[in-house]
Formats: sequence, structure tokens, C-alpha cells
Amino acid sequence: MEVPILKQGNYLIATIQAALSDAALLELRDELVERVGRFRARGVVLDVTVLDVMDSFTARTLRAIAHMTKLRGARAIIVGIQPEVAFAMTQLGMTLEGVETALDLDGGLAALRRGTKGGGDRGR
Amino acid sequence: MTDQGESTIRTESAGALVRELVAHFREKREPLRRQWVEQMTAKGLLAGLTPQEAETESITIYDTCVGCLETGKYDAAQTYATRMAERSVLRGMTAEQINGGLLTLRDVYGRSLFERYQGNMKRLSEALDVYEPVANKILSIVALAFIEEREKVVREEREKVVRLQQEVIRELSTPVLQLRDGELILPVIGMIDTQRARQLTEALLRAIRANRARVVVMDITGVPAVDSKVANHLLQTVQAARLMGAAVIVTGLSAEVAQTLVTIGVDLSSLNTLSDLQSGIEEADRLVGYRVITTEATMARNAET
Repeated sequence: MEVPILKQGNYLIATIQAALSDAALLELRDELVERVGRFRARGVVLDVTVLDVMDSFTARTLRAIAHMTKLRGARAIIVGIQPEVAFAMTQLGMTLEGVETALDLDGGLAALRRGTKGGGDRGR
Repeated sequence: MTDQGESTIRTESAGALVRELVAHFREKREPLRRQWVEQMTAKGLLAGLTPQEAETESITIYDTCVGCLETGKYDAAQTYATRMAERSVLRGMTAEQINGGLLTLRDVYGRSLFERYQGNMKRLSEALDVYEPVANKILSIVALAFIEEREKVVREEREKVVRLQQEVIRELSTPVLQLRDGELILPVIGMIDTQRARQLTEALLRAIRANRARVVVMDITGVPAVDSKVANHLLQTVQAARLMGAAVIVTGLSAEVAQTLVTIGVDLSSLNTLSDLQSGIEEADRLVGYRVITTEATMARNAET
């Protein structure tokens, strides 16, 4: 298990520690989705601060994680996308449609506690 | 050029004389050169040069001039003049200094010819006929090189100033301002091209992180024309900001702009747009959770008037 998943109250926090292989990403996806059910979590924060490169597979998997946890009844928020990464992602058209985002872990948890949708959500 | 003609004349009548003059200048090289340097020092033409530099430069110039006389070709003089002009202008030497130096050298050469042919006026006149065009040509080459170099320097400086100004304008034109905690304003003024859109996006993303912003109000009242390209740039900016967890509200789309966008079929449905900056700020306040209330004092004052 390369990415530790912490339980904090009703929320799960997964902080990516280093660039991940595709297999590790898929493992993280399966583990997170499984734990959302096991811990009856209301929200998931996925911290990608350390990623300085976001390839299309990573972007797609992050999006899948967000959508799958939503289907399991928890809100998912991706936090910590760096300015350079955000810029590159929009240039390449990987815009994580329909996924909530927040500036950092703090912002993500605050958004969950507010119970409202995060600032970055477009589905208002 | 008349190189061909000159050289034929030389081979026929003046060839021997040229060889004689060259031999003369070579033979008297040391005394003549020393004399020249002394005269230049006396006139203050060597300011800014160390004695060693004066030595080496004077040797090179002397030999180059004699070489021109010998071969009748001025390529070496041309190259050397350009190089010298570059260096001198950089070091702040004036054209007067260089020209004065060469005029002095011409006089030194001339004098030495007078001395040599003192008793033979006809020979002297012939010698001057050969020598003078060469000297004049060298002088004009050097003067031209100097003028060109000056112009180049002036042009470069002007370009530098323009470049700096452009940079300043660009910096000034993309301010990102914090309105309240978590709220940023990005007033966009002027045309947006690809480079500027990139800069704008980068500045905005940095500001979002630095100020921990959750909502950004982007006011494009000052953008004169919006076409599909500009609209795409704006969309990318908005998407990038969203990835950093900030919502973007676009304000200031005029009726004309809205009409153009609909006519050319740009899909801005994913944008949160509002008519003017005020409603944009109000919406931002609502999203972040601020409520603006008037104080009782103001309300009382308003009631009185």
C-alpha cells in the first residue's frame, strides 16, 4: 500500500507521497472505494500536492475515484494541484469535469465541513 | 570599384614607386611610429588607453596602413576599423580621438616623404600622388565604420528601451488584487493574445495559492474585442483556476460581446457570468459567505437627508 489512507472523523484523507505507478494508482482507487463503505465515510480528500506531473492516466483515475466515491455516498475533493500542473492540464484539455477541487488539505476539509459544495465545483 | 584599373596603372608606372614608398615606411617604422605616438599623446588623443595598448594599437594601425598601400586592397583596414569602432565606442572613445589619431599618422607619413624627397620636387609630387589617395581612403573607411557603429549602438539602446517598456506594460496590465479574504479580483484590460493569456493565467494561479482564494472575479469590461480565440483563452484560465479549487465569476461581458459570442457559436455555458463587476462581487461574497450590512449610523444619516 503506497498511499496511506487516514481516517479523520467522518472523512478519509489520502495523501499521495510520491509519483505513483499506474498499478499503485489503481490499488489506491480500489482501496479508497472499499474503505468509504467500510468506515461509512461522508467525504474523501485526495491530496496530490507532491505530483508535479499529471499524465492522462492519473487524471482519468482521479476522476474515476471522485465519481466512484460519490456513487458510494461520499463527497470526494481533490486538493493540492500545483499552479504549473493546473496550467498544463488545461492546455492538454484534462479539466476533471464534475470533480470538486480545493486549494489544499485545509481547504478541502473546510469545504467538507461546510457541507456545501467546494468553491471549485461547477455543478452549481 | 576601380581596383583593376588602379592595379594596371601601378604595374605600369607607379609600381616601382609604391614599392619604394612601402620599403621606406617599413624601414622607418620604429622612429615614425614613435613620433606618431608622441604627437598623439601631446594632443591628448590617447586618453582612455594604457601605454601598452597605445603601443600595440599603433603598431597594428601602422602596419595595416602600409599593407593597404602595398596591396591596394582595403579589406584588412575595413575589418580592423569595424573592430576598433566597436571597442572604442564601448569604451567611450570619441570619433575625434580616432580621426585625430589617423590625421596625425597621415601627417607623420607625409612629413617623412617630404624629408626623403627634399631635393627632388618632381619625385615628391609623384610620391604624394600615390600616397594621398590611399591615406584618404583609409580615413574615410574609419570614419564610416565609426558612424555605423554609433548608429548601431543608438539603435540597440532604443530597442532595449522599447523592450523594457513593453515588459512594464505587460506586468502592469495583469494585476491580481485581493478583495477580501478568499476573494480575488482580476481586471483584464486590453487585447488578449496567447502569450498574455498565458501570463494572466500564471499570475492568477500564483495569486490563488498565495492568497488562498476560493473565488475569483474576472472583469473583462476593458477587453475591446472577444472572439473565439480569446474566449478559449478565458475558458482555459477559468478551468485552471478551478483545478486549484477556486471558482471564477466572469463579469463585464457587454451586450455586443455576448451577441458576437453567440453568433460565432462559442460555448460559454460552463462559465459563471454576470453583467457587471458589482454583481460579480456580490455573488463572490455569497459564495465565500460574507454578508454586507450597512451600519445603523449610516442608516440614520441616510434617513435624515
